[in-house]
Amino acid sequence: MPMDAITPADELHHEDDHKIGFIQRWFFSTNHKDIGTLYLIAAIIFGLVGTFLSGLIRMELAAPEIGPLTHFVLWGVEGATQAEKIEAAKHFYNTVITYHGLIMIFFMVMPALIGGFGNWFVPIMIGAPDMAFPRMNNISFWLLPAAFLLAVVSMLVPGGPSGNGFGGGWVLYPPLSSTTGHPGPSMDLLILSLHIAGISSILGAINFIVTILNMRAPGMTIHKMPLFVWAMLITAFLLVLSLPVLAGALTMLLTDRNFGTTFFDPAGGGDPIMFQHLFWFFGHPEVYIMILPAFGIVSHIVSTFSKKPVFGYLGMAYAMASIGFIGFVVWAHHMYTVGMNVDLKAYFVAATMIIAVPTGIKIFSWIATMWGGSIEFKVPMLWAIGFIFLFTVGGVTGVVLANAGVDHALHDTYYVVAHFHYVLSLGAVFALFAGWFYWYEKMFGIKYNGFLAGIQFWLMFIGANVVFFPQHFLGLQGMPRRYIDYADGFVLWNQVSSFGYLFILASLFVFFAVVIESVVRRRKADANPWGEYATTLEWTLPSPPPFHQFNELPKVK
Amino acid sequence: MRWIAVALLSLLSLPAMADGVPVDGALGFQPAASPLMEEITSFHNILLWIIIPVTIFVLALLIIVAVKYNAKANKVPSKFSHNTMIEIVWTLVPVIILLFIAFFSFRLLYLGDVFPDVDEAEVVNVKAQGNQWNWTYTYTDVIVDDYPVEFVSNPIHRGLPGEPEGTADAPRNLAVDLPMVVPVETVVRVQTAASDVIHSFAVPAFGIKTDAVPGRLNELWFLANETGTYYGQCSELCGKDHAFMPIEIRVVTQAQYEAWLERVTGNSVEDARQYLAEITNESPVQLASVQ
Repeated sequence: MPMDAITPADELHHEDDHKIGFIQRWFFSTNHKDIGTLYLIAAIIFGLVGTFLSGLIRMELAAPEIGPLTHFVLWGVEGATQAEKIEAAKHFYNTVITYHGLIMIFFMVMPALIGGFGNWFVPIMIGAPDMAFPRMNNISFWLLPAAFLLAVVSMLVPGGPSGNGFGGGWVLYPPLSSTTGHPGPSMDLLILSLHIAGISSILGAINFIVTILNMRAPGMTIHKMPLFVWAMLITAFLLVLSLPVLAGALTMLLTDRNFGTTFFDPAGGGDPIMFQHLFWFFGHPEVYIMILPAFGIVSHIVSTFSKKPVFGYLGMAYAMASIGFIGFVVWAHHMYTVGMNVDLKAYFVAATMIIAVPTGIKIFSWIATMWGGSIEFKVPMLWAIGFIFLFTVGGVTGVVLANAGVDHALHDTYYVVAHFHYVLSLGAVFALFAGWFYWYEKMFGIKYNGFLAGIQFWLMFIGANVVFFPQHFLGLQGMPRRYIDYADGFVLWNQVSSFGYLFILASLFVFFAVVIESVVRRRKADANPWGEYATTLEWTLPSPPPFHQFNELPKVK
Repeated sequence: MRWIAVALLSLLSLPAMADGVPVDGALGFQPAASPLMEEITSFHNILLWIIIPVTIFVLALLIIVAVKYNAKANKVPSKFSHNTMIEIVWTLVPVIILLFIAFFSFRLLYLGDVFPDVDEAEVVNVKAQGNQWNWTYTYTDVIVDDYPVEFVSNPIHRGLPGEPEGTADAPRNLAVDLPMVVPVETVVRVQTAASDVIHSFAVPAFGIKTDAVPGRLNELWFLANETGTYYGQCSELCGKDHAFMPIEIRVVTQAQYEAWLERVTGNSVEDARQYLAEITNESPVQLASVQ
């Protein structure tokens, strides 16, 4: 009897190149690379929705008086007067800023950085064949479009007397988010959406923790893990510890709204401020959840293109760990104006300022990595350097805001908007593009046009700064956040800010041109386009990597 | 380019204008109109002297690196990845800078948060209750027929027909029909509360901002240096007309304050309003003069 005949069918099934159908591969996917790709595609689609909403904001604020948004409300209502449209637009504006924030955070940055790059590269970088729980990975992903659908439906159903959708800001403070402010079903759907997005993230985080702790290749000790893996491990712990607190707060809000409890209603002995404490106990770690993976990506890129090992590897890793830890004990610096005891404020001032130290270590270590190097200014490196500088700008304004005394003047003004967009829109998003162009050839096996991609970088760099830098001035002059119309003293810088949005828009068109060009031309990518200093394991595999990698585990020296 | 001149003036924060109105094109804070805001402004200036050099320092390092260590200028990369000395320096120097900041920061924090040590009899107490979407001011010390004097302060410009007289001259989205009136150089205690959702009572020129939360009574204080009209806006998202519930504070002399109180306690709000218009004409505070 020939040997083939007795090979069990089961074993044949594990061949690398066996073909599976489209539905099987993309809808029932258990492969970490396919799921990573799905996350990236979803993040791009959701991100476009979030970008469209930010376009509405900048369009409305380009000039004083309520104008452009009146064209987006009361569709299908016969004979609506201009005055009625203006009233509708006021609420619509509030829903736009709310869903812009929620979508960008929960459906763009987190899925892209954690679900996308995390899924793709954490197993490969630690020399594992896949994630620990591939089926859980599948449901982590598919809960996300479900959550997004709920969020979109929530925007379209009645929110309250003022109109459809929830218009209470992404922070969801009651009583505006309780039946007092939004009695309609919109807020309930939004709570459900965030619950599901939260479950998706928690499952993903558990998967990362188990994978990283148990599936590292022989020789890959914790202190030899690539920094991106370190970042993902810390991020996953932050997710597992903080998201349940948000889930608790949301559940209490849900029962307040529907079952007559009064957790956040003073009429029944509750306190709206308690929601803020719970929300920010999640909300502050959340901002580090968005930025830590970015730190990891930037470290790899800086090292690769400087042709030097990362400076102070252990310092970098433990700086991230300490940022993650301190991130849990500073939450009330978002609440300096709620009427807290002054000594409590003093504690939160001190704790918050401490974060500047590990953050400074990271910035200076990146520069030290470049120091003495032989730097190639390829596209990912441009994004990484842009990240370092702009994150510094966002960081120093963070130090300003940490001081409760000054924050009394700046809280809830455009200064805060400028600050967190510098660290997120110009920080996390820059790192997203950096990672995209660093790993694009590896993930998809095709080359992109570096010249076009460079143009995209410069358009985005100019645009993001023109949009957000003037907002510091608006905030210092006293312009409050979340205003559809502003006093005449805020006209100029709002115009400048809206003008800058055009550059960002142009940059996005170029981005898609880069992607389409690369897909049409199909230039075969090399296994390692960046040279010998790209030292992590993904560069030892062909581009794109095989469906299953590391059937024989790599040995790490 | 007039706005450049305006911006430069505001940077120097000349004490000329006694009005708390945002100035188009300005780069910094509104001119300080209270001792607290003066402290905030000077502390923020100290911070600017730290954060701008830090940012320029990082930028300079990046430029040096880009010029000296690009692939053309430096073909062979060095191999180092540790330098204990420099790591200690860039940990300790930020710590020292932060301690320096903290010293001034705590001073300012306690100055603003702790009610000043003054004779209670000389303090003016006003309760500001946020409603969707206006403010109710209650003068808790001024009792008429067993009830404190109370009135609702509504915005007067909404871009809608039927506006009251004088709307056109008042700064858009900032002016109200009945402002809060307080005497100059007197400690004012404002207690904030809310009737529906959370609002926030804020006046940039005084450096004050405190949330008005349902079920709570928060407290803030200010002291106006000069007579004039000072504007603020609700600073916590409170629903549809969040952008249209401004705060206007008229700071008048003690004599004018007492005259105004007399008219208010005579239960004629309209009379009190007329009086405010009169004293505006006597010593014209420049309403929206910056335009």
